[in-house]
Amino acid sequence: MQQISLLLASLPDGILLGFVYGVAAMGLTLIWGVMNVINLAHGPIIALGMFGTFFIFIRMGINPYLGLLLVAILGLIIGVLIYFLAVHRVINAPHLSSLLATFSVNMIIIGLGTAALTTSPYNVDFNVGSFRLGSTVILVTRLIAAGIAILFTGGLYLFLYKTRPGKFIRAVTNNRAAAELMGVPSTRILALSFGLGTMLAAVSGALIATFFPFSILSGTSYELKSFVIGVLGGLGNPIGALFGGLILGVLEGSITAFMETSWVPVIEFGLFVVILLVRPYGLFGAKK
Amino acid sequence: MKYWRSHLGLLLPLLLISGMILWPVLTGNVSNREIVFTILKAIALASSLNILLGYTGYVSFGHIVFYGFGGYIGLYLVNEQGWSIWMGMLAGGISSGTLAFLLGKAILRLRGAYFALATIGINEAMEAFINNFDLFGGPIGMTLNFSVYRAYGGAAQALSMSFYIMAVLTFVAIIVSHLVRTSKFGLGLQAIRENEDAAEVMGVVAPNAKTWAYILSAIIPGMVGVLFFFKNGNVEPHVAFPLHSSIELLVMVMLGGQGTVLGPILGALVYQGMRGYLVTSNIFKDIQLSVSGVLLLLIVLFIPAGAIGWLRHRFSALRRVLA
Repeated sequence: MQQISLLLASLPDGILLGFVYGVAAMGLTLIWGVMNVINLAHGPIIALGMFGTFFIFIRMGINPYLGLLLVAILGLIIGVLIYFLAVHRVINAPHLSSLLATFSVNMIIIGLGTAALTTSPYNVDFNVGSFRLGSTVILVTRLIAAGIAILFTGGLYLFLYKTRPGKFIRAVTNNRAAAELMGVPSTRILALSFGLGTMLAAVSGALIATFFPFSILSGTSYELKSFVIGVLGGLGNPIGALFGGLILGVLEGSITAFMETSWVPVIEFGLFVVILLVRPYGLFGAKK
Repeated sequence: MKYWRSHLGLLLPLLLISGMILWPVLTGNVSNREIVFTILKAIALASSLNILLGYTGYVSFGHIVFYGFGGYIGLYLVNEQGWSIWMGMLAGGISSGTLAFLLGKAILRLRGAYFALATIGINEAMEAFINNFDLFGGPIGMTLNFSVYRAYGGAAQALSMSFYIMAVLTFVAIIVSHLVRTSKFGLGLQAIRENEDAAEVMGVVAPNAKTWAYILSAIIPGMVGVLFFFKNGNVEPHVAFPLHSSIELLVMVMLGGQGTVLGPILGALVYQGMRGYLVTSNIFKDIQLSVSGVLLLLIVLFIPAGAIGWLRHRFSALRRVLA
């Protein structure tokens, strides 16, 4: 009985967090789907997004949700830059090359970040209150973050399915060679996809910063979560990532009611490996 | 004569490592010995990884899991059960090999990036599990009881002995790497690397060959883990399973040239030397990670075959010596 009430208390929190995790994973899985590249610089970008919120809100005093727009634009630009500097040359090379190329970007960002910001934790003290829902207390920051996450997912869906560049992205995802033959400017589309992927990562980082303390190194754990979510929802399926994020959030919320928190990663990564083995195309993806 | 010619490629690696081992022995300097120990450890680990990465073409991002897992088992047996370091290392190697066998049966079906992701997941799952495993001390880890060293003539003596064991392990790793490269089994692995489906059509039993490559690449890291934690005197989960060390090993193999015997040795030597320089230099010490990152990026983008691969490609006369 006590566990049920614990579960009820932690579940809503988990669900709200799940939406935000979903956005981070969406960026990862978009990049994977379009160009078969696992972006190992994903974590540092999430961390940069967190610092984006910090500087915009603490230093400049702008409302963090307004600052989100700035973070998103910067994320897009950084992503396009990373694509041309590090990824473009190895896009057709074996996986090892693109994995190491994006990991070298990871090292560069972490190295510069550590020198400039140290690795000690930062905190954005941003409080817009909370309210009670039955037996649980819900923080408004998390509710808003979940709302923004859903907004971004909807936006991405509309962009991919209703606009011309979005259709180009889907065409390149499906078959790059054929898309090129149809006149799709594939290099620009690949750069745009990479930019969108890092934009989503930066946005999720900016949202996470409003409720958790962070350092330049904390992106790594969210990157690993993004892998798990991406595989849950099907790598290359951005919309599936939101559901994957929800599953992970529910898991995190419910596991803590029955076991110690330290068991959460064991179950997460165990599940990750099992799903990779049993359904590598994800829980919702169709068999190719 | 013909026999010797086929093993010419082993000459340079063996000379290089012998020279490295002799340096601290001749100068009698303990700090030199520690430097060489670190380099030898990197060489042994990178050469083992090369069997899977370079010859078979499977990218393991979590290879350090075998080092941590074997190390934990070995240190537990040495510390809590009173086994000797020899038996502990043997047990560490065998348990890492067994883990690789079990994992290999499952995850070697995955190809490309899916395999890389699975290895990351396994490393993280293992670290999280050991963190919760009370027998191995949970998050605090295990500290070696100092009386263990007494059997080897005190701590100082045990440290110097560890160096010689490490030297032997490095030689074994190099010789295994060379034997795999020149054997028919290794030829099968290289066929898998180039095109797995075609290799199977030509009669390579790919699942078995891959599993054996995985096991071979796991045993030495397990033994190195036991030795290193024995020498260090303690082990903690985050020291035993550092994901970034896995990637450093990949960098070493890439730097020197994957799929060659000499490549990982050269890569490990250069990488460790460079890191040692960057960490201590006044200009770079704060951003040493970024400088390494830029170098890695340049290598990946412009010389993906690594130093040895590039030399072999440019100067065909060197191919017989640089294997």
